Amino acid sequence: MTIAIDQKRAPTAFREATTWDQLKTNRNWLAIWFMLPAAAFLILFLAYPLGLGVWLSFTDARIGRSGIFVGLENYEWLWDDSTFWLSVFNTLLYTSVASIIKFAVGLYLALLLNERLPFKAIIRALVLVPFIVPTVLSAIAFWWLFDPQFSIISWSLRKMGLITENINFLGDIWNARWSVIFANIWRGVPFVAITLLAGLQTVSPSLYEAATIDGATNWQRFRYITYPLLTPIIAVVMTFSVLFTFTDFQLIWVMTRGGPVNATHLMATLSYQRAILGGQLGEGAAISTAMIPFLLCAILVSWFGLQRRKWQQGGDND
Amino acid sequence: MTDTLATKAAQLATNPKGVLGAAADDYSDGMSYLNNLPRRLVTLYLPLSIILLVLLFPFYWMALTSIKPDAQLLDLDTYSPFWTWNPTFKHIYKLLFETEYPVWLWNTMLVATCATAISIVASVLAAYAIVRLRYRGAQWVGGAIFLAYLVPPSILFIPLSTVVFQYGLFDTPFALILTYPTILIPFSTWLLMGYFKTIPFELEECALIDGASRWQILVRIVLPLAIPGLISAFIFCFTLCWNEFIYALTFISSTQYKTVPVAIVTALVDGDIYRWGSLMAGAMIGSLPLVILYAFFVEHYVSAMTGAVKE
Repeated sequence: MTIAIDQKRAPTAFREATTWDQLKTNRNWLAIWFMLPAAAFLILFLAYPLGLGVWLSFTDARIGRSGIFVGLENYEWLWDDSTFWLSVFNTLLYTSVASIIKFAVGLYLALLLNERLPFKAIIRALVLVPFIVPTVLSAIAFWWLFDPQFSIISWSLRKMGLITENINFLGDIWNARWSVIFANIWRGVPFVAITLLAGLQTVSPSLYEAATIDGATNWQRFRYITYPLLTPIIAVVMTFSVLFTFTDFQLIWVMTRGGPVNATHLMATLSYQRAILGGQLGEGAAISTAMIPFLLCAILVSWFGLQRRKWQQGGDND
Repeated sequence: MTDTLATKAAQLATNPKGVLGAAADDYSDGMSYLNNLPRRLVTLYLPLSIILLVLLFPFYWMALTSIKPDAQLLDLDTYSPFWTWNPTFKHIYKLLFETEYPVWLWNTMLVATCATAISIVASVLAAYAIVRLRYRGAQWVGGAIFLAYLVPPSILFIPLSTVVFQYGLFDTPFALILTYPTILIPFSTWLLMGYFKTIPFELEECALIDGASRWQILVRIVLPLAIPGLISAFIFCFTLCWNEFIYALTFISSTQYKTVPVAIVTALVDGDIYRWGSLMAGAMIGSLPLVILYAFFVEHYVSAMTGAVKE
């Protein structure tokens, strides 16, 4: 029972709570008003399209024509489509290689930045710049750096006498794959490094001092102090990293558009090409939907990683 | 958690030499006496400078390319490619006055500002309701919002394009202003929930006893205390909007409504062999607003990034 007290008339006049008062003060009603804007956006533009995407993947919709239900036809078609399987392979390669290297380099960079350094704040700010600059714009810079004729990288290597001819960075199948993976790593390392650094800063230095007195080596200090204490944040950071690498679109689209001969097509770029450029909405939606199981796996892995951490820390994970 | 981090980071920022000035601090010299300079050179400064060089070189190259004369751009052997003694503003001039670049910049700014403002308002309300009103099922809603954060745009853009078309928003700035919040709201709600949790509950109880309504509490007590969080959420959302590509590429087809990232890739790229100068100028000018914003709010960026990950 909620009793509203009108400030102006208080303390003399108490009155019964009207429906309007209920709407203004009842916790659950208030919550509905407060949640309304966010919920409206998320339902209209996120939940509904998500469901619609799954539905579209079972239809033969095209641009400008709503399709009819065709069952699993799109998926059967994709099952026999070698380009689709190539894109799955590329996505897995891209995600696994880039994520592992991002993690390794990011952790290493975080450890370096955690040392006592002059101009630490400035260095840390500079490290994060690749993450701030819009991906497309830095991808264009990489496109220019990887130019077949005027690449400064080829030029430098040639001057150093390491190669005799320009490297065809984006024109050769494997070169192109490594080049886009490199660009992705370049873009992702700052995020990993800075978030892990934030975790590192919460580790008390006295732990390291105690370990050193006990005769621990550098590696042992890392393995038995740093790593266990960082596990939860590593789990979260790597989930995000894997998730965003797996669904990457921008870098590939700007640098190679999936070429040469589909060698760098990821599932996201292939679905864009089929659905928007090719007009086959149903088929594109099927490719997108096929990404969902992989994403669920990534989320579950991190979830269980976090759960494991909670009991290690006695339940207080925050 | 984010709060302590933020204060710690702020301490570091005000005192870049770290520990030297604050000997009484817990961060005393510690074990650093064990490391001598030559050792630090090899294990610390050398790898750090290599990584920094790789991370920053593309930007140097971008900036240099945008002011190099055409002749030097493609002739790497006659002139040293790493520097130029006769910089030119030709590319930047061409970009600003002979293309629609200013319009694209304005579009990006408009879309980013509107979408961010909408998202912040919606997220403040939602985060406050989840953390403080604690209505029935609030925890589940919090979890659902985190899940929404994990839904990537690249699996949504196909159905969303049909939705945008149905609502009659296709090829208007509203298509972007209304769809970007789906990326921003989950993130900023999550971030603000963390901030609101750090505000003592007692303050609100006092206000409730004094007869303040929930709305007054939110506006007069919670929001002023959460300003650092709001700034973090605001600039991070703004960056995300500026960075967004796939929605803008799919939902906008007329050149005059395009945002900078899309316009550069679709409208600025032509067959011209000398296009690199203006392309790089476009990329540089397109990143400048964010870099300037970033320079002023480094600590807020860091706390936004780590805060969203940590909760």
